[in-house]
Amino acid sequence: MNSVAAKSFDLGTMDALAAGNTPLHRLDARAKLLATILFIVTVVSFEKYSVSALMPFVLYPVFLIAAGDLPAGYILKKALWVSPFALSVGIFNPLLDRRIILNLGEFGISGGWLSLTSILIRFALTVSAALALVALTGVNAICEALMKWGVPRPFAVQLLFLNRFLSVLAGEAGRMTRARALRGFRKRKMGIGTFVQIAGHLLLRAVDRAERVYRAMLCRGFDGRIRLAGDSHIGGREVFFVTAWGALFALFRLTNLPVELGYLLTRIIE
Amino acid sequence: MNRPIIEAKELCYTYPDGTAALKDISFRIAQGGSVALVGENGAGKSSLLQHFTGCLLPSAGTLSIKGTMVEGKNLKAVRRAVGMLFQNPDDQLFMPTVFDDVAFGLLNTGTPENELETRVMEALGTVGAAHLRARPPYRLSQGEKRAVAIAGVLAMGPDILVMDEPTSGLDPGSRRRLIRLLKTFGHTKVIATHDMDFALETCERAMVIHRGRISADGPARVIFSDKALLERASLEPPRGYGPTGCP
Amino acid sequence: MHMADALISPAVGGAMWAVSGGLIAYSAKKVREEADDRKVPLMGVLGAFIFAAQMINFSIPATGSSGHLGGGMILSILLGPYAGFLTLASVLTIQALFFADGGLLALGCNMLNMGFFTCFIAYPLIHRRIAGNSTDGKRIMTAALLAGVAGLQLGAFAVVIETLASGISELPFRTFVLLMQPIHLAIGLVEGTVTAGIATLVMNARPEILATAGQEAPAGVSVKKTLLTFGAAAALAAGALSWFASADPDGLEWSMLKTSGKEELESGGRLHGLLDSVQKRTAFLPDYNFRKAETAGPGAGQAWPAVDKGTSAAGLIGGLLTLLLAWIAGLALRRRGVKSLSRYNRP
Repeated sequence: MNSVAAKSFDLGTMDALAAGNTPLHRLDARAKLLATILFIVTVVSFEKYSVSALMPFVLYPVFLIAAGDLPAGYILKKALWVSPFALSVGIFNPLLDRRIILNLGEFGISGGWLSLTSILIRFALTVSAALALVALTGVNAICEALMKWGVPRPFAVQLLFLNRFLSVLAGEAGRMTRARALRGFRKRKMGIGTFVQIAGHLLLRAVDRAERVYRAMLCRGFDGRIRLAGDSHIGGREVFFVTAWGALFALFRLTNLPVELGYLLTRIIE
Repeated sequence: MNRPIIEAKELCYTYPDGTAALKDISFRIAQGGSVALVGENGAGKSSLLQHFTGCLLPSAGTLSIKGTMVEGKNLKAVRRAVGMLFQNPDDQLFMPTVFDDVAFGLLNTGTPENELETRVMEALGTVGAAHLRARPPYRLSQGEKRAVAIAGVLAMGPDILVMDEPTSGLDPGSRRRLIRLLKTFGHTKVIATHDMDFALETCERAMVIHRGRISADGPARVIFSDKALLERASLEPPRGYGPTGCP
Repeated sequence: MHMADALISPAVGGAMWAVSGGLIAYSAKKVREEADDRKVPLMGVLGAFIFAAQMINFSIPATGSSGHLGGGMILSILLGPYAGFLTLASVLTIQALFFADGGLLALGCNMLNMGFFTCFIAYPLIHRRIAGNSTDGKRIMTAALLAGVAGLQLGAFAVVIETLASGISELPFRTFVLLMQPIHLAIGLVEGTVTAGIATLVMNARPEILATAGQEAPAGVSVKKTLLTFGAAAALAAGALSWFASADPDGLEWSMLKTSGKEELESGGRLHGLLDSVQKRTAFLPDYNFRKAETAGPGAGQAWPAVDKGTSAAGLIGGLLTLLLAWIAGLALRRRGVKSLSRYNRP
């Protein structure tokens, strides 16, 4: 499967997941979006050496994945796939920050390793929560939620249209690359020249398609403004969802529960 | 016939680059009529169809829909009367969900929210796609897309249905369902198609287009059994016809 | 170049979101004013095109590594800077949502790094000025190469600044810059080449596409004004960062910075103080200096020596905001003189 086909399949999978029917799926998109944003901002607000304090936050993505019936392995794999950038920057930390911050018995752990671990944990938390959000809600619902929150209409509409035509264009790109691959016997990888040709023709077809879509829109009375039939509503469940999680996040942020737990355990042991 | 619902008088169309696509096209279609537009690729079928919705305007001659001239200032009225089904449903289904797409035209013409639900579901029900209302269009099969596109057009309550190759890409089951559906419609129908059997089953009249002109215009049965005529227009008779030319 | 949430702080993320959000709102307004209905489906389809094209990897000659199209330039050429920016922003959003390619909080940064510098700086100030409506392949190539390199260099530099201002990574300024800029120089050259290739192909096959695209006048800031403002902002940023550098035990050998840095620090100080007080009052993020919050975490760590992070980051953000304000001011000034090509004239 070439890269285009693999990514198209991925898009399809995310979409299919969003069509699920758990109570979490049925929750209004705005609640899920808000809770996730609060989550990300809180996680990211920790100072750079935080490790144990971040642990309780695992609860949120775990909850989303479990209650939403999402395939955990798939989500984690996707997260792993995009880790290189965070890793490639964070990997320098242990090299540059060698001050011993923590002593575990005889071992001294440098600040660099702590901050790297913190980066990796933040990464896992934020990415898995974001992916779970999209897998539960779908792009359409997210866009409509954004529109209700006042995101400029041209941008929200653009997101919807982009999402709509993504699979069509990806399909065309996939067919063109496959055709080229079948005809290229010695060159396995595509060169820039070939890419320009493929992309160029893909572009021309895209412009033609846009023309036809425009005509179809005109034929049904398009006057420049896209109107959507709104049917979602905020209820008690949504309010509860956001306030409950928000309170939890605040609690986790302001206290370091794992350390408290640790003290408790050591005191009991003594 | 009393006032025809569609009337073309010496309609001509030339593309901006100078190619003449349509030359001296004249015909009249009565209300409730069903006309198959047949011809080879490049003969001018699509160009003619686009005139019905005012997407193209005549370079010379006139076209009138329900007595209204097709020209710049009347486009809104023309487009309310004519519903066009495009060849590729992916060009026509552009909203996030099936429901949104069928509602598109209704929202544009100012249908109030409380009426919306009924009219959309009615249209979807007619084409048998009511269960697809929350589906995004890119997760529909070809036949389902076609059905939803028809629903989107029907919902606007047009008097005239114009279709461009409606059976292309359909599997036999979907094709049969489409034929059955069209037979229940009382609208005036103009259908451009290569599928001669389909044309024979759904239309009583046929117009043959060849190189931008109408080379024949008459009852479908008669035209489709004239092998010589069809050959001149680079067409073949329907397979439903045996070797003698009769079904 | 997509930044992840793990490497930024809420302050930087929030600030960049504010900037990008403003840019989106502004672009949306311009697109609405232009009232070209055709653009509605076109932006959607072209966005999908960029997305699809980015999925195709091609190999870069002589290096063997694979590259892919960025898209900001070609979008600006086809749609103009405003619609181009919106389209690219939408592509980045979908990438973040579907592929976690770039974080949600970092999305604002990414829109700025990859969208603003290509659509609003590199395209109008470099590409358009050199290539204009020319049909000369060489001219287009030169313009695209220069613009591609410039856009990506600025974007890469912005990544460095944003990461540093967040304080999560330990990479010192010099190392980071020396890593980022050369790599993105190469990427910029590739982007420019591909953009020129596609633009030429489209021009030869369907010239009318490009003809209608280039109609609207882009933000016409005078080159000199922009360069001066940017230079000042960059010097300001560099000056602030030299505070970091002087705390670094290895120290920076940039004599240029050390000498000019001193003067900038003077004015910088005033600006920093002003911005700091503004910040405290507006407080776009509640407890901004999270470092001060008591975390009983394993070792609260030593605060970055010598400098109060709050004011330095404020300085950097202030520098970028200054650039943006200058650009908007340039817009406002220019508009009175230029004949608007859009159907709706603003008073």
